Amino acid sequence: MSFTSGDSATKISAGNAITPEDIIAAGEKAPEDVATYAMYLGDDALMLAQRLGHWISRAPEMEEDVALANIAQDQLGHARFLLSYAGSAWAKTEDDLAYFRGEEEFRSCRLVEQANGDFGQTIARQLIFSLYQYELFTRLMDSADETLASVAAKAVKEVTYHVDHAAQWTIRLGDGTEESHRRMQEGLYYMWPYVDELFKDDDLLRDLSERGIAVLPSTLRASFDARIEPILEQATLTVPDVPGAWGGDRSGNFSEHRGHILAEMQVLARQFPQGVTW
Amino acid sequence: MTESLNASWPLWEVFVRSSRGLSHVHAGSLHAPDATMALRNARDLYTRRNEGTSVWVMPSDSISSSDPDSKGGFFESPQGKNFRHATYYTKSEGVKHL
Repeated sequence: MSFTSGDSATKISAGNAITPEDIIAAGEKAPEDVATYAMYLGDDALMLAQRLGHWISRAPEMEEDVALANIAQDQLGHARFLLSYAGSAWAKTEDDLAYFRGEEEFRSCRLVEQANGDFGQTIARQLIFSLYQYELFTRLMDSADETLASVAAKAVKEVTYHVDHAAQWTIRLGDGTEESHRRMQEGLYYMWPYVDELFKDDDLLRDLSERGIAVLPSTLRASFDARIEPILEQATLTVPDVPGAWGGDRSGNFSEHRGHILAEMQVLARQFPQGVTW
Repeated sequence: MTESLNASWPLWEVFVRSSRGLSHVHAGSLHAPDATMALRNARDLYTRRNEGTSVWVMPSDSISSSDPDSKGGFFESPQGKNFRHATYYTKSEGVKHL
């Protein structure tokens, strides 16, 4: 994949993209198993958005603040679509799911919950997760579930850019100075134990993928490897030879960071459940 | 901190074309470590609201500009030279289709 679009160079009109409100307005009620799958994907996006948002005002340059904030906004957008759709199964709103679920009720993977660390560590997380999301959404565009398919079709354009952003930085840091190389490689070591679980199947995923609704994660691994390896090679970095972290379902039972992220993300909504204005 | 860590990224000028058939117009400037990243930063900073279909960047220090202090000699000399405008000329008799 390259960051060039086959689209015409003529001006794109604003506001012709699908919105979370469209999903609500359509009145589609997601079946519970599809809703749980949407929650897997939506929680990943929400956690990553929360993590990335922390970089605002802390990135190496102001331009990079904006770049990471843009990516966070894209992820928050994915989360809004997916959690709006998931919530329809249980008559809950996106906010109910984001702000009023407990730690053990989230279904995010651990990779997106990992600490930002330094810029290299964040870029390592971005590279791994964006490549996974790119493969996932490319396939999910053909989902038998129309809502998931249309969300994936919108998201894949955004994620194409996230991959490019992460790859450009991986190459510059890896093949940069001795210090930047060291930090980028350490970032990869830190994140790599959480790669395997991105591609782990479970009963729900197997069932939904047999019906053409979900993408079976294990089937994405080969193309993920084929994409990340040349990037790391160009960056003079090595694929870490480390075992996967223990645990690794989406239950939250093995998650070190989830509760801390939620504490910060949910505090205002829980303290003022009727809403606040200022 | 060493000097290289303190040194900030070079400045780039950004030109955005809003739609096909129009020229690229100067949109602003930004910092980036190299041209490839400058293009990405330009995309993030100057095309957030559907402003563009094409972006150029160039190093700011490669632009030569006119001196603001020599405004008189540079830009005020055309004043009063009405004969440089087409409307200065009256239509000649017998010339059709003007």
